[in-house]
Amino acid sequence: MSFSVTEATTRQKWMAGTLVILYAVISLIPLVWILMTGLKTPPDSISYPPKVMFEPSLEGYVNLFTTRTRVSKETLESLPPPANFAEEIVRNRDMVIAGPSKFGQRFMNSVIIGFGSTFLSVFLGTLAAYAFSRFRIPLADDLLFFILSTRMMPPIAVAIPIFLMYRNIGLSDTHLGMILLYTAVNISLAVWLLKGFIDEIPREYEEAALIDGYTRFQAFYKVVLPQAATGIASTAIFCLIFAWNEYAFAVLLTSGTAQTAPPFIPTIIGVGGLDWPAVAAGATLFLIPVMIFTIMLRKHLLRGITFGAVRK
Amino acid sequence: MSEKTAERVANATPVHIARKIKGLSDRTIAWIFVGPTIFLLLAINIFPLIWTVNLSFTNFKANRINRAIDYVGLRNYERILTDTDVWLSMQATAHFLFWTIFFQVLIGFTLAWLINKKFKGNDLWTTIIVLPMMLSPAVVGNFWTFLYQPQIGLFNYVVAFLTGRDASSFEMLGSVDLAPWSIVIVDTWMWTPFVMLICLAGLRSIPDYIYEAAEVDRASKLRQFFTITIPMVLPFLMLAVLFRGIENFKMFDLVVQLTGGGPGSTTELASIHLKREAFEKWRTGYSSALAIILFVTVFGLASIYVKALNKVKGK
Repeated sequence: MSFSVTEATTRQKWMAGTLVILYAVISLIPLVWILMTGLKTPPDSISYPPKVMFEPSLEGYVNLFTTRTRVSKETLESLPPPANFAEEIVRNRDMVIAGPSKFGQRFMNSVIIGFGSTFLSVFLGTLAAYAFSRFRIPLADDLLFFILSTRMMPPIAVAIPIFLMYRNIGLSDTHLGMILLYTAVNISLAVWLLKGFIDEIPREYEEAALIDGYTRFQAFYKVVLPQAATGIASTAIFCLIFAWNEYAFAVLLTSGTAQTAPPFIPTIIGVGGLDWPAVAAGATLFLIPVMIFTIMLRKHLLRGITFGAVRK
Repeated sequence: MSEKTAERVANATPVHIARKIKGLSDRTIAWIFVGPTIFLLLAINIFPLIWTVNLSFTNFKANRINRAIDYVGLRNYERILTDTDVWLSMQATAHFLFWTIFFQVLIGFTLAWLINKKFKGNDLWTTIIVLPMMLSPAVVGNFWTFLYQPQIGLFNYVVAFLTGRDASSFEMLGSVDLAPWSIVIVDTWMWTPFVMLICLAGLRSIPDYIYEAAEVDRASKLRQFFTITIPMVLPFLMLAVLFRGIENFKMFDLVVQLTGGGPGSTTELASIHLKREAFEKWRTGYSSALAIILFVTVFGLASIYVKALNKVKGK
């Protein structure tokens, strides 16, 4: 049997594993609780002691997607039988469905603004990163640092003039305004990450292509882009997650048409205070895509969160 | 994949066609590629910043656009530096920064050290631990207010269960003593994985032969830890602290959702104070000056810190 001084003993591994798993399980509790609360009825969600075992219900999800009005017993009895499970759940609380809630629309805003700004920042970022990686640009280091430094600004600090500027040019509370804004915030990440990825592609490939008579443009999109595909994809996911999670600008600059889900979810009100199962249902739907992306990204995670400073 | 591409490149484009396409010079392409990015940043970051500087010398109020704007010189800056509210918010920020970084470094490093023992399944558990930091701070922070409810909240229940105190006898978010700690707890829960990931990269970068050499020299495990592990991980750890420092100095979304700066102004961090001045009291001139001061502070502290970091790396 080979002996290594750096390899931990079986017992050490076992103990390390137990402690790490213990931490992981404890840190997952709040997330599991979100999932569970979304499947509780409002009375179950606020019972004491907190219920771990409960009968799952879709009331939270129904409340998330609908607005309801209370009606009298007589009216309720005079109605035809409920057409679907959602109506049945609502009628059990002496209410009828009045219409769809704003959640669907706010969620769609998050999707539109998220994907729009991701596309723009990755598109512009790839071009800029390629130029920084391959060409001699005067003051390149200063420009790169300038791009990074825009990320150090507290969002509230630039929110004041952006608020005024958007009000003047009619971009406040519009999808386009938010897409441009998130692109500006994300582009520093995109340029820095993509420059790292493109730096890793050997120049020889392009040089070979140029000798074969390709123009720079052709060499760029026929040789470099396919090679950088993984890097571009993971950069895109990082940009998407940022735009998806962003709250400060969204809460200050949007209120209706272009409001995204993060400022909306905390305001879902039920009867007598927040409707926690509906809030949790909204949070579940909103968080799950990011969890899936995180698992997909796990190999590039470190690189993304450190702007490419740590590459493993 | 790469070989295939090279092959494709070698066989591609008939020469006579390629010669017909006149390529732009590299310099032109460089500017076409970099230009839009710089333009966007100038329009949406730098122009507003300059505007903020300009506003900071005025008594402008954004909710009264028709009022004449007067230039008041440095009066806004003078007021800020003598304002006790600003100093209180700076103190709250310092408390938040210090303790979140302290706990995140302590727990994050320990976890990384344990994961680096390479037990079976460590990759899977690392991914699970990382989840909280990728999620929306506003949405998660909002849900934590539910966990912190004195009557029904899970957090209070668990604390009551473990300590024997009554679950409704303490309010994490409502009491002046506990609120600053309640935000530290959530931030630590969320961002410890960040420090952990970076420390893990540091630990994995240490080559085995250094430990083997130390073993040959009969250095004790403890000595190895302090003379090899810690110094080699330090640059990584400092980088993690830099990132967390900048992020938490700007902290807004999580804490706004948790406490909104309350009770009173106990957890009114710099950004939250700024938001109240700018968008609730509409003191635009004053808050612009405050924004500039905050930005200069972050930038200054970060620059000094990066210098120190480079020194450590140089060793």
